[in-house]
Amino acid sequence: MASHSESIIREPLITGTNITYGQITDDVLRPVENMPGKAWWIGFTVASLGATLWVVAISYTFWFGIGAWGLNKTVGWAWDITGFVWWVGIGHAGTLISAVLLLFRQNWRNSINRSAEAMTIFAVICAATYIGAHMGRPWMAVYSLPLPNQYGSLWVNWNSPLIWDVFAISTYFSVSLVFWYTGLLPDIATIRDRATGLRRRIYSVLSFGWTGSVKTWQRFETVSLILAGISTPLVLSVHTIVSMDFATSLEPGWHTTIFPPYFVAGAIFSGFAMVQTLLLVARKVLGLENYITMFHIESMNKIILLTGSIVGVAYLTELFIAFYSQAEYEQYAFMNRISGPYWWAYWSMMTCNVITPQLFWFKKIRTNIPLAWTLSIVVNIGMWFERFVIIVTSLHRDYIPSSWAMFYPTWVDVSIFIGSIGLFFTMFLLFIRVLPSVAMAEVKLILKSSSEQAKRKILENGHVEPAEAEFYIGSLGKFDSVEQSSYEKV
Amino acid sequence: MSSTKYILGIFDDPDELMHGIDKLQKNSVPIYDVYSPCPIHGIDAKLGIKDSRLGYAAFMFGCLGGTIMFSMVYYMLVHDWPINIGGKNAFAIPDFVPVTFEWTVLWTAFGMTFTFFFATHLFPGRAPRVMDLRATNDKFIIAIDAKGNTPHADITNLLKEAGAVEVKHNDRKYVSYE
Repeated sequence: MASHSESIIREPLITGTNITYGQITDDVLRPVENMPGKAWWIGFTVASLGATLWVVAISYTFWFGIGAWGLNKTVGWAWDITGFVWWVGIGHAGTLISAVLLLFRQNWRNSINRSAEAMTIFAVICAATYIGAHMGRPWMAVYSLPLPNQYGSLWVNWNSPLIWDVFAISTYFSVSLVFWYTGLLPDIATIRDRATGLRRRIYSVLSFGWTGSVKTWQRFETVSLILAGISTPLVLSVHTIVSMDFATSLEPGWHTTIFPPYFVAGAIFSGFAMVQTLLLVARKVLGLENYITMFHIESMNKIILLTGSIVGVAYLTELFIAFYSQAEYEQYAFMNRISGPYWWAYWSMMTCNVITPQLFWFKKIRTNIPLAWTLSIVVNIGMWFERFVIIVTSLHRDYIPSSWAMFYPTWVDVSIFIGSIGLFFTMFLLFIRVLPSVAMAEVKLILKSSSEQAKRKILENGHVEPAEAEFYIGSLGKFDSVEQSSYEKV
Repeated sequence: MSSTKYILGIFDDPDELMHGIDKLQKNSVPIYDVYSPCPIHGIDAKLGIKDSRLGYAAFMFGCLGGTIMFSMVYYMLVHDWPINIGGKNAFAIPDFVPVTFEWTVLWTAFGMTFTFFFATHLFPGRAPRVMDLRATNDKFIIAIDAKGNTPHADITNLLKEAGAVEVKHNDRKYVSYE
């Protein structure tokens, strides 16, 4: 059958008492079909000012070269690669939600995957701009491709993780884009069929002529499943390769086998924190409380707790292995991180990534929106420091003490970083204005099985174990979009 | 002769639509197509639509992409310009794995998705062939070719009995060209 009843003890994924298919369309398309409110304009103004700062700072870098940054001959990678790894890591949550959770049949992904995938794409764009910029002469980027040339041909070095990264990031970006856009087609068709005039023409072109016939849906679901299946190893490979940019070098603090799993866990950790930062605000401003419920928020906080703990174990393992290796340079690198001139960066990282996320063991904190939002920001800060610590503290004092140096960012470094956040939010805010921020078709798919009203009907019809009913009603207590008291007479 | 081209049974609920398909099939009324705002699981089996073969296409494209990348790296690194790196073997297979994997994924994704677009006639600018504009919003629609399926009143009654909220007799196939 088209739908079946789900076990009563599972928490609802869509709340609200009178949600119909039409209601879902109306709720999701409200920001797309109407003029934006004051909150959007304020956000957009601030974000585009940030993006303008980015344009200025990037243009300055291209004009004067990367001498405009605070780099020196000892610290040749600093805020650029920190920013790159930070943004790529943030991107990973989108793919995790859209691909891994699809394979595990986690239906709660259906209402958050669209915005998380959009976030992935914008984050990878921000990351790619760092790669282009750190080349100094960005037009030289063409030499990272294996194109025939007059020197032999002298090919790119396929043994180098930097070349692997070119292929990993470009594949990741384009596959994410295809996955995201294919998923958007039915929803763009919904906008098209409700619009008139020029809007209809534009969305008509964008919808590729989608009709929603049986065969189309069948193929669509096959494509989604296979894309999820290949995106899952892809996303793991991307951050593995990013970590190999460091791990295959001979730099103390970088040359460790723990890097790939540790980077992947950190990426998911920071990505979910960014999803949380965006969605906790978006659900309120866009009025999506019935679709992005407390269950979604709590589930994401649990993932943050799990991946944060994995990252914490990785930090401690790294320290222990440095001690256990009896390799003098390795031991110094870690002593220097803990108590050297960059101790404040190391301890910021430890506090934000390992200690504060442990607060999520408490259900009260997991389900408290202002606290969860604050902690998500803290995690973002911590993960930025993690990359800074790995990159700068390893480089600034490696083998020869006469070469030791400190890194001081210039206004250009700072502006590019702040600007890239502005760029990211500008793209995200434009996205929620012109495209549906929740995958409507996928939410409609679970309306009859997993919504609060469907479960209420089961309760009202009886035939439910009283203990199970009590358990279910008890679990509704945390939802801010459900009146638990309305269940007293059921 | 009636000018009706297509009879549309419009449902609010996918389960009732499935019920409608049963009724039509019991009365030997062939169904032209079904349009819905979200996938209806199990409907393809009921309508006798074969499984999608896109998985095979995906596999072939993946093999092709991986082979191209591996051959390309082999040609460049082993055949055309082998580099002596401390006397190590130029044919360092583990180093070929990451890029070969990436291109396997890349070609699978693009090959399969473009095959899907091609087979389903999806491309930017394609005129949407829509029979009822609500089929992408909140209505589930069974379309029946009016030609040869008579009497139309019986079909209307069948659909109504199955729970259709509305039955339309359309004079044109698609409404989306104006």
